[in-house]
Formats: sequence, structure tokens, C-alpha cells
Amino acid sequence: MGEVTESPKVHPGTGESAWDDRLDEHVIAPVKRAGRGYVLWLVGLSAMIVWGVFAYSTQVRDGLYVTGMRDRISWGLYISSFVFFIGISHAGTLISAILRVSNASWRTPITRIAESITVVALVTGGLMVIVDMGKPLRLYQMFINGNWQSPLMWDMFAITIYLTASVTYLLVPMVPDLALFRDRLDGRVPRFQWWIYAVFSFGWRGNTAQKKSLTKSISLLAVLIIPIAVSVHTVVSWIFAMTLRVSWNSTIFGFFFVTGAIFSGIAALILVLAVVRRRFHLQEYITSVHFEYLGYLLLTAAMVMLYSNASEYITKGFHASEDDLFAFRELFLTEFAPLYWFYFFGGLVFPILIVAFKRTRNVIGLSIASAFVLVAMFIERYFIVVAGLRVPLMPYEPASYAPTWVEWSVFGAGLALFLLLLTLFTKFFPVLAVWEMKEEHEARMARVPTEHEAVEQ
Amino acid sequence: MQFNRRRSNHRVESHPVGLGLADGLGSEGSTPTSDGPTAVPVSVSRRNVLKKLGAGGLAVAAPALGLGAMVKPENAQEDRPALGPRGRVRQWGMIIDLRRCDGCQSQGTPPQCTLACIEGHLAPEPMEWIEIYENEMSGGGTQFLPTPCQQCENPPCVNVCPVAATYSQPDGIVAIDQERCIGCRLCMAACPYDRRFFNWGTAPVPPEALLADYSPAHQVPAKRGTVMKCDFCTDLVRAGSLPQCVQACPQDAIYYGDLEEDIATNGVEVVGFQDYLTRNNTYRLKEDLGTRPRVHYIPGHGEDVGRDPESTGRLPTEWPWADRAKGAVTWER
Repeated sequence: MGEVTESPKVHPGTGESAWDDRLDEHVIAPVKRAGRGYVLWLVGLSAMIVWGVFAYSTQVRDGLYVTGMRDRISWGLYISSFVFFIGISHAGTLISAILRVSNASWRTPITRIAESITVVALVTGGLMVIVDMGKPLRLYQMFINGNWQSPLMWDMFAITIYLTASVTYLLVPMVPDLALFRDRLDGRVPRFQWWIYAVFSFGWRGNTAQKKSLTKSISLLAVLIIPIAVSVHTVVSWIFAMTLRVSWNSTIFGFFFVTGAIFSGIAALILVLAVVRRRFHLQEYITSVHFEYLGYLLLTAAMVMLYSNASEYITKGFHASEDDLFAFRELFLTEFAPLYWFYFFGGLVFPILIVAFKRTRNVIGLSIASAFVLVAMFIERYFIVVAGLRVPLMPYEPASYAPTWVEWSVFGAGLALFLLLLTLFTKFFPVLAVWEMKEEHEARMARVPTEHEAVEQ
Repeated sequence: MQFNRRRSNHRVESHPVGLGLADGLGSEGSTPTSDGPTAVPVSVSRRNVLKKLGAGGLAVAAPALGLGAMVKPENAQEDRPALGPRGRVRQWGMIIDLRRCDGCQSQGTPPQCTLACIEGHLAPEPMEWIEIYENEMSGGGTQFLPTPCQQCENPPCVNVCPVAATYSQPDGIVAIDQERCIGCRLCMAACPYDRRFFNWGTAPVPPEALLADYSPAHQVPAKRGTVMKCDFCTDLVRAGSLPQCVQACPQDAIYYGDLEEDIATNGVEVVGFQDYLTRNNTYRLKEDLGTRPRVHYIPGHGEDVGRDPESTGRLPTEWPWADRAKGAVTWER
């Protein structure tokens, strides 16, 4: 299909400029091209998933016995990665909804990717909690015998509502872009694929009435999705905070988890953007300015994380109950100290430094910082779960926990699934918010540039 | 079987005091099908045994195997709470006299209450539904702390269960329905007393466990992927007998009773429940958490049975059928 890429066509009745045409071509290009690297990537990810499914099958056969979890540390890698992925899902909401509501126009080219990360991360996170269950086939019990008092029940509702909302929020602004794919790819892609574009563009013609209702819907959705997203990670934290464990039973947990979610969400977005921009040659649209601004957001989130940590640990450490002291000693000095200090220096201090200095505040620097943040945030989820459970409740020796190969394999499969879904999305759907970018480009061209903008260009 | 010997020899059966309380406890107590504390009606067991073993002769073996209380009577009434003399619902509670608990050091055996509990409930290894913790005292030395499920009146586990598989019964007992439990283990994270046990794998249980009719009142057989815990032996109590741990304690340190009728017994003497609490300065574990446990402790370190607080350690619990189940696995807590 390589030959159809050149010769941008003039579309009847729209009078699109050359800038618009080039944008169209850039967005459509990935759909038509599939290199060897891409195929290898898919095969690799699929292999990881197949291996994870095999590992899970041993768990189905022998029970959770095959994991490293036991009565006293009864949650581990699965629940940590559940919290982690749900956290990543906040990329979309923050970047897209909050920046949209606050009219930050620079976010337009990166919203689509942010929103897709949200959906994909939610799906993966939801699965991670199901693999942790002793009787996953009884999940239906939550619908027929649900106990409204249970934080897990709140969680299920929050996550399903959030998933519904974020799929809608991904889809609605994509309608005009799917219409573009529908019009431009008719007969050039498999029938089913084209049919998807046709159905989900909902008869978009781009007339004034449609534009008006679309703009309205997007604004409404953006406002609605923010409280939903905040509630989701608050409720996730409440699974822990509503118990009577010293490390968990804290009023700051909701805020702390939401901040952590936004923090890791931004990092995930920076990393995915860097890859997508390079691979699909979108440097013209996703510029270093985007990375710079995202870097500032990352820095802000890191600061708030530091603040939350300080608030939590100083408040608890000042009176220092016996259990608090046990937890602190393990976290800062012994059992979990390497993890904690990696999180602290690698995940909080290092990114702050990267963003703080102009020399490192670039795509590569920020990508490295984001990778550190993601690893550190995963570790943070892990030690919150495991170190919290390790504090003995009764006079017994603290239990220990190490994930087994089954848990690592299932976690690897979760990661692979996340990347696979994301890859497929960027392959088959418009990765840029084309319609909105065109609108903004038009508006920019129409008015006289201010002095500031003129200097910038 | 060691198990049967222990039960049939036990003093409770010849002790009218213990039975005096028990006679009125279960709703079956007044029905003619029950002729003694351990001879629970077993007529329907035949169906089940026949189904599972295909041998009619074995049906009569069920009571001999000690499954009496675990086989559903013809008109199963276990959904109804046990009633007291004035028709009020019994409110079960427990008093554990730590002055008399020496962790069975004087017996030279692992704690008898734990063993009886394991044998009576066919509990899988490593589940000690009543576990004897050894607690260091502020002045040095240790005390033994027998810890069953605390049967909280404000149970954190019940509050967090997403499917209400663990629930508070009208008689105050926190039960688990293993046929509903989804195995999320949030209750285990929530329990402040470490009193919940998960079936991580297929646990070793004696073959006779498979003969029992499952019911939340006696969690037999164990179901993989679900949570279990002490059920306060309400099935035994219903049948007019005291809980396994109460029966087995060689020092009579555990009292079991009804807060509603305000009596409790250790199988030897009957005491007024509230009065006994007051007179003995009882306390409850982690009272400040607001869980309101139904298990009360009389402070002590085994002094009434001659234990020196400096003599630490107790024998580890053993599961008699660990090697009797093929393909089963055990694990550490």
C-alpha cells in the first residue's frame, strides 16, 4: 500500500490548506504502513501475553498457592500493579480534561494519546484485580449480592463508570477524525476496518450544527470526567485506608493516591508521546514545547508527592506508635529501604532536577526521567501494599513475601497487554486530534499574531 | 482415631453442669431426634454418604467418624438462631482466663484447644483457628494468649466484604459463606487480629471431610480460593455441646456462654457472664479500635496452674492428617 501515500488530494467543498493536507497525511500514514519492526514488536508482546496466560493457567489449576502470597501478606504484585495501572489511567483526564477546561490550547495535539492511555490502562488494571481473586468466576456475585458498605464495591462502580466515561471521552472528540478516515480510506483498508470508521463517525459531515453540538458535548464530558477520575483513585486508596492497618489507615491516602496517579500518568504520557512522535514522524505537531510543559506538570506533581510524603510521615512519626516505628524502620532502614530510597531519589528528586535544569529539560532528558518515575511509582505501589501488610498484627514474626515466576509472568503479560492495546490503537486510529488542530490552526492564521507569538515562530 | 477417643472420653459428656446450659441452647434440643449432646441426628447422612462412597454400610460410620454435627439434620434449622429460655436470640460470647493458660506446657503437648479445633473442624494445615500467641509482658516474661476469632460486634471484615459472604449472624457470630466468597482477601487485610485464613491451595484434609454437608456453620470441606476462620462451633452448641476448644482445655480456662441469658460455662462451673467479667477485670484485644469483640480476657500468665512466666515456648501444632491426603499441599502462614 506504500504507493498511495503521496499526492495529497484536494477535497471537494472544504478548501483545506496545504497544512491541513500534510496533517491528514501524517495521521493516516500509520494506518497504511506496517514495517518489520512493528510486526516483531507485536509478536514479542503477544508472546509475553501467551506466556502470562500459561502462567495464569497454572494458578487456575493449583490455586493461588503458586504465588508468593500467604495469609499474613495476602496481597502482592497483582494488587500493586492494579493500583499502578489505575494510576496510569489518570494521564488522559489530567492532560485532556483539566487542560481543556482551563483552555490551555497547547494540549490539543497530545490529548488523543493521553485519552487512549486512560482507556487501555483501565482495562489492564481491571484485569490485574481479577487475576488476584481466589474465585474469579464468582465476580457476578458483586452484581447480585453486592455489599454497598465495601470499598471494593465502590471501587468496582467507580472503575466501570470511569471506563465508560473515558471510552466516551475518547470517542466523542474522535468522531470528526474517524469521519476523515472514513472518507480517505474507503477501499484502501479491509472492509471491516473501514466499517468501524464509518459506524463510529456517526454520519459526521462537519456542518455547523454538528460542530456546535460536538463542541458542547466535549466541554460537558471534560467537566464531568474530572470528578469521576478523582473519585476513582480516591476509592482505590480507600481499599487500603478503610482497614485498620497503621500504614494504611490515613486520611491523606485518597489525596496521596490521586497525586501519585496524576504523577505516573504524566510520566506515562511523556514516554508514550516520545515514542509515538518519533515513530510516526510527528515532530512538527508534538514539539519540544509540549515536552517542556509536560515537564513542568511532572515537576509540580513530584513536588506535591514530596509534600504528601512529608505530611504523612512527619505526622505519624512525631508520636510514633510501636507499629508506626516498625513500619518506618522497615521502610527507611531495613527491609524496604532500597525500594523506598530508589523511589525517593530516582522517582522524585531525579525528575525534579531533570526538569529544573534547562540543559536536561528536553525530550531525551524527560523521557529518561519519566521512565524513572514509572518504575519508582510501581515500586511505591508495591511497598505501600506489601510493607503495609508486613506490620505484625499480633505477636508473631513478620511474614515475608517475594513474587513467584507466575506473578511476574502475569504482571509481564499485563504490561504487554497495555502496550499491545496502545500499539493497536495508534495503528488503527488517528493519534492526533486532527479536527481540533485544524480548527485551532485556522483560528491562529485568521488573527494577527501577537508580538510574543511572532517572536516564537 | 485419636479424635474420637478424646471426645468420647471428655468430661463434658458426663458433666451435667455443662449440659444444663447446652440443653436449652439449640432449637433441636427439644426435638425427639436428639438423644444426647453428641448424637446429632444423622439420618440424612446416608444419602450423602451413599452418593459419595457408594457403600450403604458406611452410612452408620458417619457419627463414628465424628461428623455428627457436620451432617445436616432432616429439617435443617441452622438458618434460625438459637433461642434462650425466654425466646430471645442467644448472644454467644467467650471468656478466656489467661491465669489458667500455660500453652499446655504442663501437659507436654501442643495446645489442646488448637488440636481439638483442628480435629473437630477438619481444619487444613496451617490453619489454627484458635492460635496460642506468646506475648511478651512489660515486666519481662511471657503470657500465652489463646486467640480465636474475636466475633466482633462491629466487625471490620464484614464491613469490607464486597459480596457479603462474611456476615454477622443474629446470634452475634461472624460467619463466612464459602460458596459465595470471591477470594478477594479484603477481609484478611481488614481483620486486626490476624484471624482469617485463606485456602491458597488444595489443603490436606482427611477423607471423611468429603462426607460432610457444607454449611457456613461448619466450614467442611475446605474450599480452595476462599477464606475460613473460627465459627465459635455454633453447630456443636446447637447440638447441645460446648465448642471444641472449651471441651479440650485441660485447665478449663475457656468459658463459653450467652450474654443474653447472662451465663457462661467452662464445662465445670456455671458463672454469670457479666458478673464474671466485672469481678475479674477482663479486657478485650485492641479495644480502642472499636471492633467490640465478644471474646473477653482475664489478665494473667498461667499463674493459677503454676506456670513460671520466664518459661517460654510451647510445642508447635501438628496436623494429624498431613500425610493422608494425596496431591494436597501445605503452606506457611
